[in-house]
Amino acid sequence: MYACRDVNAPKFPEPKKPFPKMYPDRVPVQDWSDKREVADRLTPYNWLYIQRAHVRYEGEDWDINIPRRCLHCRNPPCANLCPWGAARKLDNGIVRIDDRICLGGSKCNKVCPWHIPQRQTGVGLYLKLLPSYAGNGVMYKCDRCYDRIAAGEIPACIEACPFGVQSIGPREEILARAHKLAREMPGFIYGEQENGGTNTLYVSPVPFEILNEAIEKGPGRPGLARYPDRLEAEADLSGAMLIAPFAGVAAGALHAVRLARKNRSEGGDDE
Amino acid sequence: MNKRALPLWLGVFFKILVFVLAASGLAQMPIFKRYYIADIPGLGWLAQFYVTHLVHYVAAVLFLALVGYFLGRYVFEWRLSGRLRAGARVRVFLFAVIIGTGAMRVAKNLPDVHFSPTTTMLLDWIHLFAVIVLGLTALGLRLAGRGGYFIRR
Repeated sequence: MYACRDVNAPKFPEPKKPFPKMYPDRVPVQDWSDKREVADRLTPYNWLYIQRAHVRYEGEDWDINIPRRCLHCRNPPCANLCPWGAARKLDNGIVRIDDRICLGGSKCNKVCPWHIPQRQTGVGLYLKLLPSYAGNGVMYKCDRCYDRIAAGEIPACIEACPFGVQSIGPREEILARAHKLAREMPGFIYGEQENGGTNTLYVSPVPFEILNEAIEKGPGRPGLARYPDRLEAEADLSGAMLIAPFAGVAAGALHAVRLARKNRSEGGDDE
Repeated sequence: MNKRALPLWLGVFFKILVFVLAASGLAQMPIFKRYYIADIPGLGWLAQFYVTHLVHYVAAVLFLALVGYFLGRYVFEWRLSGRLRAGARVRVFLFAVIIGTGAMRVAKNLPDVHFSPTTTMLLDWIHLFAVIVLGLTALGLRLAGRGGYFIRR
């Protein structure tokens, strides 16, 4: 967690104060700039934290520590529903929010099953547009150290973990390793199917349903429920969108030809 | 559009579809809750992003089918007996821009398709801007008494 903060500190927001007055009054100011030390939840200055669960399972007591951050969905709602293209998925599977474009509407937080992105008011593009009437800052979350990966390095959290419990690689490889680990433990996998599959996989000796009950959940503290793929219907409708205009043209052409024939036959009857 | 050639209900259905597409499209921006519109009874769905997204997609499928139908009839029937008004040509062009940018955004939303943020932003801005211009153009033509699409020769 501290390695994540150190490495990503240059990306953290430095808001200008006082913040612009926002209209209407219901628009919330979200300012974490004076609470940068908060470490027990996700914030714009804390993109990773350790969630702890003390549980009893099959007669044994377990203390499970879970590094929580963005799971980098395979079909990310934050990127697909962002109206500005600020949130996006990279070719290597990383989902990141571009702080130069984001207006801080927090839509990504609302559509994320885990409500991961966190807002900082008083920073970003909205200040140059209509700061009182549209936008509210920038959304921040784990970007999987995309810049380190581009430079051939590994994410800071993996490098710093003293127990070496995290690894990174192509999803198929990691998935195979997760299944092998789960067989050996024996254990359970989280992330293979959740929200259509994520590019973060957890393996635990305790079922995630039990962990989900035990962990502290709330704003900035994501749960471990089994979320379905909320964008599955849209993917299916994309196919229908491809077919619809051709079906329409065929129907229109048939209608026109039938009308022409009818008109011709009626014209013939008149003669 | 030649009103005699098109049933009234089809024209009304087209207008309703365009309205639903515009409302659900604008709702992709988080503005309806901020500005109390979603607080109006019956309009709460405008602040539910998954609902507005699905509504936009379903309405788009119906809209594309209807546009295809109009195109089929235009090519095989209407263009033989008349022509599009000048204002209609502008609207057809704007619809084409909206459909083109919308189609690219739908492609981008597929799980394994990614565009650069600049491309995505441009698509979204052109899509939105064309809708606003289309709305203003349609309003202006209607006020000028030139609302129809088609005139017979």
